[in-house]
This record gives sequence, structure tokens and C-alpha cells, in this order.
Amino acid sequence: MKKKKFRNLCLAAVLGIAGFAGICSYDAGAGTNVHIINVSYDPTRELYESYNKIFKEHWKEKTGQDVDVIQSHGGSGKQALEVINGLQADVVTLALEYDIDAIENSGMIRDRWKEELPDDSAPYTSTIVFLVRKGNPKNIQDWNDLIRDDVDVITPNPKTSGGARWNYLAAWAYAQKQYDGDEAQMENFIKNLYQNVLVLDSGARSATTSFVENGQGDVLIAWENEAFLSVTDDPDEFEIVNPSISVLAQPSVAVVDEVAENRGTEEVSREYLNYLYSDEAQRIAAQNYYRPVNKQILNEYKDVFDLSMELKTIDDFGGWQEVQQKHFADGGVFDRIYGN
Amino acid sequence: MENNKTESKAVKYLLIGISVLFLFVMLVLPLFVVVTETLKKGWQIYVEAVTDSYTIDALMLTLKATVIAVLCNTFFGLCAAWAVTRFQFKGKKILTTLIDVPVTVSPIIAGLIYLLVFGKQSILYPYLQKAGIQIVFAVPGIILATVFVTFPFVFRELLPVLESIGTDEEEAAALMGAKGWTIFSKITFPHIKWALLYGIVLCTARAMGEFGAVSVLSGHLRGLTNTLPLHVEILFNEFQYVPAFAVSSILVIMAVILLIIRSIMEHRGKKEEA
Amino acid sequence: MKKSKKRVIPGFGLTMGVTITMLSIIVLIPLASLVVYSSQLGLKEFFEVITRKRVLSSFYVSFITALGASLVNAVMGLILAWVLVRYEFPGKRIMDGMIELPFALPTAVAGISLTSLTADQGLIGSFFAKFGIKIAYTKLGITFALIFVGIPFVARAVQPVLEKLDGSYEEAARVMGAKPGLIFRRVILPELLPPLLTGTGLAFGRCLGEYGSVVFIAGNRPYETEITPLIIMSELQEFDYQSATSIALVMLIASFLILFLMNLMQARNSKRLRGGAI
Repeated sequence: MKKKKFRNLCLAAVLGIAGFAGICSYDAGAGTNVHIINVSYDPTRELYESYNKIFKEHWKEKTGQDVDVIQSHGGSGKQALEVINGLQADVVTLALEYDIDAIENSGMIRDRWKEELPDDSAPYTSTIVFLVRKGNPKNIQDWNDLIRDDVDVITPNPKTSGGARWNYLAAWAYAQKQYDGDEAQMENFIKNLYQNVLVLDSGARSATTSFVENGQGDVLIAWENEAFLSVTDDPDEFEIVNPSISVLAQPSVAVVDEVAENRGTEEVSREYLNYLYSDEAQRIAAQNYYRPVNKQILNEYKDVFDLSMELKTIDDFGGWQEVQQKHFADGGVFDRIYGN
Repeated sequence: MENNKTESKAVKYLLIGISVLFLFVMLVLPLFVVVTETLKKGWQIYVEAVTDSYTIDALMLTLKATVIAVLCNTFFGLCAAWAVTRFQFKGKKILTTLIDVPVTVSPIIAGLIYLLVFGKQSILYPYLQKAGIQIVFAVPGIILATVFVTFPFVFRELLPVLESIGTDEEEAAALMGAKGWTIFSKITFPHIKWALLYGIVLCTARAMGEFGAVSVLSGHLRGLTNTLPLHVEILFNEFQYVPAFAVSSILVIMAVILLIIRSIMEHRGKKEEA
Repeated sequence: MKKSKKRVIPGFGLTMGVTITMLSIIVLIPLASLVVYSSQLGLKEFFEVITRKRVLSSFYVSFITALGASLVNAVMGLILAWVLVRYEFPGKRIMDGMIELPFALPTAVAGISLTSLTADQGLIGSFFAKFGIKIAYTKLGITFALIFVGIPFVARAVQPVLEKLDGSYEEAARVMGAKPGLIFRRVILPELLPPLLTGTGLAFGRCLGEYGSVVFIAGNRPYETEITPLIIMSELQEFDYQSATSIALVMLIASFLILFLMNLMQARNSKRLRGGAI
């Protein structure tokens, strides 16, 4: 009796494990052609949808091979984390260098990836601007207007949104110039600004929803390309205000060497990123309101972009590692301005 | 007595009024928002969004994950409910508590734990990779997460019914020499039929809509690992407000259909009992 | 006693085996990994992480809103179950069918539509805005979303018990001239207490961990409307696994305790009831 029970128990265990293994070995089943996975951040969907089309043609012409590009979009930091955790991305096209550095630190991307492509491996750039309601009823012109008592600000949380770190740094850039590097006053300025923040959403998209759909706040601090999207959607409702000083936001791209090597897709992955610098791709970037790095093509769109803004780069703040430590790590400036 | 009657009538209408108001505000209005937002830009856009190939892929994946999760949990629920109600053993209380845990565990944590076990940081990962098995950021991970969040549903529904019917009939049959499967299919099953179906419907409903845990494990690969709720989120994040609501409406319709099935079943079950 | 009583009904080995195996693979081993992972942090660091001011206030926000929501649901769930079981009225079947909707509606969809309802310009929000009450982007908004999430738990736990409730005691009490309020308190409520507790406990546990719907409506301001699951997400985003798993562990223990307490109370209650009945 006892023996039989034990045998049954074993049998059941084996059955259970077998069933489980069955689920797991279930193959996701991709197409028969070559496919690469591009892990990107949220608002680049349309950009890459158009770009993937021309890249497909380009690759077919070059090698005769059909290539499928599978897109994944999400918060930049979260996407990086998923790649580190085993998301099989061949290339990453994220919102900031810091997130790609994190993948590099896990050993999946070679050091000095930043030098593999021109312009710090950032084929297109953007900047931080203000989106205000039509007619600019609160007369918001520059950063110092955002700390006025009668102004409510919407911006995402820089701790949960990689893109929002650029927003924060743009404000910091203004403070740096205004107070001539006096740290105490700069911190105070940032504190006043974030005290005016009505909704600190977890990502750029939910911040836009709070501002556009739910009518919260007087000004949305946003990436230029996203602000353009809101304005083209509702030209009668919103307008863009360019502050005197902002940052040069550089969304970086890199091949995830480990995955590409494993899958044998290195060549196509590298070409995928290289081709982003071609004239056609640069124009596609501009059409999606990203600033192309190719000066000539940027000039073609000088009516769209305000080229007179003073733009600080990340190096002006000492690089991402330093910025991260100083501002966004636990106990950093951002925690302090919310603490007591 | 007269007085009593009118009083209870007043109470009756008050209570019904409160219930209707509550459900209207909490359930009907949100649905109303989904519908109006969906049709804001007309049918054309709606049909386009719903028949988009990525939407279809997401729908298929959602169905697949749901079916497997339901099969898995039905099997588990039957076994566990049988073991717990038909036998005495030590640690029963702890066992039932453990089975309930997935309901109260935050979906984020549910996703996180599978990342820890099967992700790249895990000691298992090299072996899995050698065997060519990808769990996290692939379909198996999504299925696992779905199984996890709906784990106790069938069990929960079966438990009270099995407890209340008692074991007399089954014991008698067993003493007369009936085999385990015969006892189950001939004696127990007719009693638990409706509870089982009810559990399955609940399980299906919850599995279709799961968002948090799946979102952590999916990787959001378009056309490969996107479920419908994730697709809604993605569309929303891409500034596509109307399509996002259109895709949500598919889920709402599926949910409503399920609930109608459930209520018909319940009706039948009650009729049969009576 | 236990040994002498032979198990007549077959299938113990098989069913128990399946139960334990599946429970281990799907629930226990993954949960254990969380413990292992957070134990990489020393005890001191662990406490340092979970007692950070921001984390503590997120515990507070999560706890207070979940508590509020499950209390509302306890009352409303009881009323709903009562109305659905005791009264006949047109539209009852539809109402009954709707209760599970929050289960089936994806939380993200719920979050988005609840936010647009309760924002200043929304249908509900504009009404309350007249009185200077803001719902979306406050703790009230979080509670609102959590109420939505928790609706089915209490109603569905109480309903079957209420249906089976033997009317004879009630009848007897009424004949003896007891007031309806007294009947409810003394005769009906004790019977309903166990399922009410179970339902409320489950709702509370579920609300504590809810993420999808809350992030949209919360506003997520640190110290004010930031819930614990969001903190876990943001720790993960900063690649800080240890902190994330430590905070997750605290939540896990909390939800386990809730369930365990609930089961204990239920056991005591059913014992008392059975004792009274015999």
C-alpha cells in the first residue's frame, strides 16, 4: 500500500514536470527569413516603422536576402533591463547612453560601443521644449516662468523614465547658467520647479496624456519630437515654446554583440545601424521630428526646428555616470528636493 | 407587522438604489468611456485598428496563453481540491494558504520572480540556453505568468462544493470496489460540474486580462510576444489613443460574452438542482 | 486515531503529488528565489532599504488606500450580495453578470478609463471639482481604482453563503418579534462573517499589489501618491535588484500574513458556529 502510494506520487511528479517542460519547449516560431529584433523606447515607433521599410529594400538590394525587423517598444530603462535579463535583442536603440552602458556592464555589449558609429553612436538627436496651451495663456517663455506660483507643470519622473532625465537636465542647464554654478541656488531652483509639478507620471506617454487628454497643468516639459506629435494632432489646442537653453538629447544605438554573435546576425545588425546615417534615413528621422545629425539635412528642415537654442551636451554635466550618481541615485539631488 | 413590511420595503429600494448607483459609477461609466473613445473617430478607424495584423497576432497569443493556463489550472484545481477535501493530512491549512498566495501577490512581483528563476541572472540560464529553451521574453514566460495569476481560481470554486457534498457516496462506491476514475466520473463529477465550469470561466476571464505580470516577462516583441492587454498599453504609449481603446473593446466584448455564458450556466445549474 | 482510519477513497498519492509538484514549480520555487536573492543583502542593508523614507511612505500609501478600498468593498459587497440574493427586480440578472467585469477587464484599460472619468474635466471629476474635491492624481483616485479592482471579491464570497442560509432562524426571530436590524445583527451577520472576512482579506491583498490601473490614476508623486509596486518598478529601472527584491519580499510577507490571518479567523469562526449549532 505504502509503496504504491509512493509510486503514484513519483508518477504524478514526473507527469507534472513533463507537462511543464512541454510548455517551455514550445517554440515561439519566427518567420523563415532572417529576422532581427530591435529593442527601442516608446515614441520611436513611427520612425522605425518607416525606416524598417527602406532598410528592407536596402538589404535586399545589397545581399538578396529578405530581412524582418521585429520591434519592441517600452520605457528605455525597462527595455535595457529586459535585454540584460535575456531579451534576445540584436540591436538596441534607446533614449540615453546610460541605459546602453548598463547593458555593456553586463558584458553583452563590447566596451567603446560609443565610438563604433559616428556622432557618439547617436544618429538623430532631440531637445527638450515646452508644450503649452494655445495662445500661451500663462505667458510661459523660459525656464524661470516654470517656478512661478501660478504655473502647474507636468513632467515624468526621472527615476522611472530615462527620457525624463533629459528634461531634468535641461532645467539644470538653465539653473547652471542663471546662477553661475552656485550649487545651493541651483538645487533650490530645481526644488521650486518640481514643487510646481502637479502630476509626476511614470513615463513620457502618461505625462502627455495627463496634459493633453486630461487637461492637467499649464505646461508639459517634453521631448521636441513628442511635443510636435501633440501639436500636429491638435493644432488648435497646443503650441510649442522653445526655452533659451536646453540639452542636446542623444538617443544612442548599439549592436548587442553577444546576442548577434549567437544568432549569427552580426552583419545585418551592424548594417541596420550604419544605414541610419544614410541620407534617406536621416530624412525619415527629420520627418518624425527628430533632429538629423547630418548637418546638411538638418538645414533642409530649419523651418521645423529652432536651431538658435543653446544646447548643452551630457559632457557639460560630466557624463552619465556622474549625473546618475549625483542626481538620480538614492539620496541624490532628486531625492533631496523631495525630502525634507 | 404592517409597519414592518413598509419599513423593509423602503430598505429594499434603498439597497437596490445604492447597488445600482454603485455599479453604474464603477462599472458602467468606465465601459461607456471605452465605447465613446473607441468610436470617436468613426467606424473606419475602429475596423482598421481591430483588423491590424499585430492586433490579430496579439489576439491569437492571448487565446493561446489563456487556453493553456485554463487547462493547466483546471487539472491542478481538480487534483488539489480532491486531495484537500477527501483526505486528512498535516499542514492542510498551510497548503490551502499557499495555493491562495498568487491572488494577493502583486503582479509585478509575480513577473519578477520568474525573471529571477529563468532570466539571464539565474544559475539555470546557461543550461536552458544550451537546451535551446527560451522562457523569459518568449511565449513560455507569458504562459507561466498567466498560469500563476489564475492559479487558485478553479481550486477555490471546487473547494466549498466538494466539502459540502461529503464523502459518503464515494466511500460506499470505493468499498464496493469501484476504481478511482469511475468514482470520480460517475459520482463526484455530476455534483461539481457547474462549480467547475464556473471556475473555468473565471479563470479564462482573468487570464485574458492579465497585464502586470505578463508585462514584466513579455519583452513586448511586436507580433511575437504581445498579448492584447500589452498591445493596448503599447498603442497607448505610442500616442495612438483611439486604436488603443479599439483594441480594449475587443477585450471588453470577450469579457462580456464570457460573463453572459457564465450567467446562463449558473441559471441552468440552479434549475437542475431544483 | 489517524493511523487506524484507513483511507477508503483512492487517489491520494496521485492528486497530492500533482498538487505539490505544480505548487512547487509555479509558486514555491519562484517565490523562494525572491528570498534567496534578497538575502544577498545583509540584514542591516535590508532594513536600511526598506526603511528609506520614500519606501516607508509608499507602504503607507499602499496600505491606507488598499484598506479604504477594501472597507468600501466590504460594505458594498455585502449590500450587493444581499440585493442579488434577497430581492427580485428587473435587470437583476444583468447586474449579477456584471460583477466579475473587473476581473476580465485589463487593469491598464480600467486605469486609463477611470482616469479620464475622474480627472477635472471627466464626467465624475467635474462634478466633484465643484466642491473642490480632486479625485484623479490623489490618494482618493488610487482608492477609486482599487475599489474597482476589488468589487468581485466580497460580493462573490458572501453570495453563495447567503443563498444557502437557512431561513428558519430568521423566521423564528421575526415571529418572536425581533426588529429587522436585530435579526440582521444577531442571526444573519454571524453566518456571513466568515465569507465577508475571506472576501475582504482577498480584496485587500489584491489591492495592495495592484499596479496596472493605479499607475495611470495615481499621479505618482513621491511621498504622496506613490505606491509600493511602483517603487519596485523604479528600483528595477535603476538596475538595483537587491532593493527591488527586498521591498518585494516585504510585500510578499504582508500578503502571506493577510491570507494566513484570514484563514485562522475563518477556522475559529466556523468552529464557533458549528459548536453553537450542535
